[in-house]
Amino acid sequence: MAFLSYLINGISLGAVYAIIALGYTMVYGIAKMLNFAHGDVIMIGSYVVFCVVSMLNLPVWLGILLSVLVCTALGVTIEAIAYRPLRQATSSLTVLITAIGVSYFLQNVALLIFGANTKAFTSVVPIDAVKIGESLTITGESIVTIIACIIIMIVLTLFVNKTKAGRAMLAVSEDKGAAQLMGINVNKTISLTFAIGSALAAIAGVLLCSAYPSLTPYTGSMPGIKAFVAAVFGGIGSIPGAFIGGIILGIIENLSKAYISSQLSDAIVFCVLIIVLVVKPTGLLGKKLQEKV
Amino acid sequence: MRKLGKLTSVVLSAVMAVSMLAGCGNQAKSGTFKIGAIGPFTGDAAIYGLAVKNGADIAIKEINEAGGINGYKIEYNSQDDELDNEKSVNAYNALKDWGMQILVGSTTSGCSIAVSAESSADNMFQLTPSGSAKDCIATPNAFQVCFNDPNQGIASAQYIGGNKLASKVAVIYNSSDPYSNGIYEKFAKEAENQPFEIVSAEAFTSDSKSDFSVQLQKAKENGAELVFLPIYYAEASLILTQSASAGYGFKFFGCDGLDGILGVDNFDKSLAEGVMLLTPFAADATDEKTQSFVKKYQEAYGEIPNQFAADAYDAIYIIKAAIEAANATPDMSVSDLCEAMKVQMGKISVDGLTGLSMTWDADGAVNKAPKAMEIKNGEYALIQN
Repeated sequence: MAFLSYLINGISLGAVYAIIALGYTMVYGIAKMLNFAHGDVIMIGSYVVFCVVSMLNLPVWLGILLSVLVCTALGVTIEAIAYRPLRQATSSLTVLITAIGVSYFLQNVALLIFGANTKAFTSVVPIDAVKIGESLTITGESIVTIIACIIIMIVLTLFVNKTKAGRAMLAVSEDKGAAQLMGINVNKTISLTFAIGSALAAIAGVLLCSAYPSLTPYTGSMPGIKAFVAAVFGGIGSIPGAFIGGIILGIIENLSKAYISSQLSDAIVFCVLIIVLVVKPTGLLGKKLQEKV
Repeated sequence: MRKLGKLTSVVLSAVMAVSMLAGCGNQAKSGTFKIGAIGPFTGDAAIYGLAVKNGADIAIKEINEAGGINGYKIEYNSQDDELDNEKSVNAYNALKDWGMQILVGSTTSGCSIAVSAESSADNMFQLTPSGSAKDCIATPNAFQVCFNDPNQGIASAQYIGGNKLASKVAVIYNSSDPYSNGIYEKFAKEAENQPFEIVSAEAFTSDSKSDFSVQLQKAKENGAELVFLPIYYAEASLILTQSASAGYGFKFFGCDGLDGILGVDNFDKSLAEGVMLLTPFAADATDEKTQSFVKKYQEAYGEIPNQFAADAYDAIYIIKAAIEAANATPDMSVSDLCEAMKVQMGKISVDGLTGLSMTWDADGAVNKAPKAMEIKNGEYALIQN
């Protein structure tokens, strides 16, 4: 019973990682860059919900909607201002450093506007904890997070495989130049990727802060790094990989906390990552790309 | 046009000359004691740092209005360290450049330890208001206003045992923080002599401080009635929320790090109802000294002062007492001043907000009696024994 409870909490934690990891993996798959500011977009999204719901006392659905809109706009703006001018840069390091810069910029803007004090986030989930038997309690947040993650996965997979815009994304990720020759607007497709990734970040932020209700300008950074690990773990660039990577990461983290050591859980998570990368360098579901010379 | 340009440059240079003169006029003579304070004014522990900054400021204004220390006024400067050891040392160096003679700081244990490595090399008198780790006073120039962690751990265990609050106790502590570790170790040791049992002791680290579901579940599985939280308020507020959301119904007990939990923005105060904490300062105490301080603090900063503000307020009066006892003057070198004050620290007894007749042992640790508080109706209330 206790094991089941740890497992469910782990899956719920992993579901949040998975949603964040989708943002990393989509952007990497299509723009071939690591958007390290992704974690901070989550934080901004959470602050939007906090302002709308807790400070202005407006309904929750409006808060989530506004948060998604703000994050989408933010993601597209960041891409247009910070990353697009660097697309032709010779070294991919340039974009990476810019992404880290954007990350610090967002953190400091939040620090300036909201201050450094921890804000207690009011959970947006109206469901009470479900008690099964004596010792198994599942919080409402866990249930909603897991369901939301599954829905997002299904919708995203359908979108990428069935719609024109989604297939354009696949094409750009395969070969940018060829896609352009086939009449696909690469810039627009990349913008769309950022928009979707950032909208998912807003949802991840709401779920993250509902389950672990404290909000500071640094709230997004550690989950962001863990989600990045999840994306690499599952094979960066692969959407189902991000999902599986996130869930496995959450489970490993929670079970090692419960049965090995609550202090060493992070170390264990990163050790597992190293082992996976040694055995399978492209991650669990990563594709092996032929290096063209 | 050219004439106008000339005119402007003449005016500008005149303004510059005047302002330089004005700068000279402001230059401090040897007639003031320069006290510096360091703490996190931004970041995770900003509530502590700002409280220290403000509490010290109130005491300094009072002393200056009353004529200063031995007739010398105090000059005050404070620097932010963002709860970062390296930045705390930078802040120390910035204050040294400013001419600091006595240091009130750092506010937190880790930073205080980092700074004391520097201050002991300079032999500067260092009094940390709230850095409670034992290592904060490892150097001979450093003293504490607050209890040190071992004492807090022992006092907590004795309080829980003596008042029979629970027979099965769980602990959740931050293993990456010297403050939390220090209290936990002594608490666990003292618990062996007490009529309760520690059924689970789970740690977390500063890198994974948002998910406490496992730690709480373990406490529940092992049948704990009370959870001891020797940690800071930001994580404690999360633990309270997650415990309530899972419907566990524990009683919580903490140390001075929990002071400030009611100040977390948008925190549901009803979750903290019944939380007990050991802390030396209660803003609702009825003595004249506390009430006057609380009133002044509220007028100046619009909030009720916490223990850290009181610690810093006391720190300034302790410095005053030591300087007066040593009959020191501001023209003494930093090192001579420190030597003179050190001798007196072992002799003086100060009545402060955080304790009556505080005295210091040879290590620089303070002796005073702790007070227990309980959160009732969204306020800290002193438990009368």
